[in-house]
Amino acid sequence: MQYTTGKEAFLAGVRALLPAAPGVIPFGLVTGVTAIEQGLSPLTTIGMTLLFFAGAAQMAALQLLRNDAFPLVIIVTALVINLRFLMYSASMAPHFARLPKRWTWPLSYVLSDQAYVLSILKFTEGRSGLYGHYFYAGAGISMWLTWQLAVMAGVFLGAEIPASWSLDFAIPLVFLALLVPSVRNSACLGAACVGGVVAVLAVDMAYNLGLLLASVCGICTGLVVERFQRRRPGRVISPVAGDTAAEDTTPAEKVTGEKAP
Amino acid sequence: MSELELWLLFLAVGLGTFALRLSFIQFHAQLRLPAVLNRALTYVPASVLAALVLPSVVNSGVDGELSLLSPRTLAALAAALVAWKTKNILFTLFSGMAVLWLLQSLG
Repeated sequence: MQYTTGKEAFLAGVRALLPAAPGVIPFGLVTGVTAIEQGLSPLTTIGMTLLFFAGAAQMAALQLLRNDAFPLVIIVTALVINLRFLMYSASMAPHFARLPKRWTWPLSYVLSDQAYVLSILKFTEGRSGLYGHYFYAGAGISMWLTWQLAVMAGVFLGAEIPASWSLDFAIPLVFLALLVPSVRNSACLGAACVGGVVAVLAVDMAYNLGLLLASVCGICTGLVVERFQRRRPGRVISPVAGDTAAEDTTPAEKVTGEKAP
Repeated sequence: MSELELWLLFLAVGLGTFALRLSFIQFHAQLRLPAVLNRALTYVPASVLAALVLPSVVNSGVDGELSLLSPRTLAALAAALVAWKTKNILFTLFSGMAVLWLLQSLG
């Protein structure tokens, strides 16, 4: 079924996002609480949330602020965590190719993991028709609203929570909840193991560069494991999010068949 | 860090993040993501998340020293199991916190 009006597609996008909201709200709450515990003012926290609109980067930045990290290290670390948006942007681009800037700029701002995944599924099914960008806008804007409200709720709860609850432990728990499903194959597992171990060993590294170093080591490990597996026949690397992006960006690669299906 | 410095820091990350999001959507025709970078990006979540989780779980001792058998490591193990079985952030959060509180009240 194709959407016949923009409104219909927009509302379908909102409805598609709703099941994802319960997963996002606790993350937002914890982010708001953490920011306040960190000594950020409610206004600064809301400003940060509007500017970032990226939970993992926001949490990492807060953790680095807590450790008095060098500002440039915080910026680079946050942007490395957000590098995945480059991939999503590449994957979405062909579907937004004919839209004017008054559409593409706001749509880019609300690009999130959830809105991307929901929309790209819809687009590749070919079910969005002429109104695909309305569907994406519906999912993207409701995700944005959910996130902003959840963080704001956390900000106002934050002052009320006693330290004996050890709520700082909620941060690694939320990351853990995201980490486990992101380990989809042995290359990802290698990346996670090396990233984690290097981060533990480099915890006292100057300027808090440990997180950055650990991430780069983990990513390289993933690439090495992937290369090693590809040499062995009969081994199929299961499809991962990156492959959807590749379809649209590198036609030459598709021809050579270098990519896993 | 002063309030102004914080805002400048957040503005820098915000603009950088917006640039990443806009990149290909705006410059689709001119940009090509190198194949190796494209593959590398698939390993960003696993590496970064593990690097964020592990130190705050095992370096939780006094002055951030390594402690492998603490309430936090046990709670994290329980939470990882729940995350694996349910793939649910809320359940993971609650089970991890519950185990931590239980162990803290016992110890």
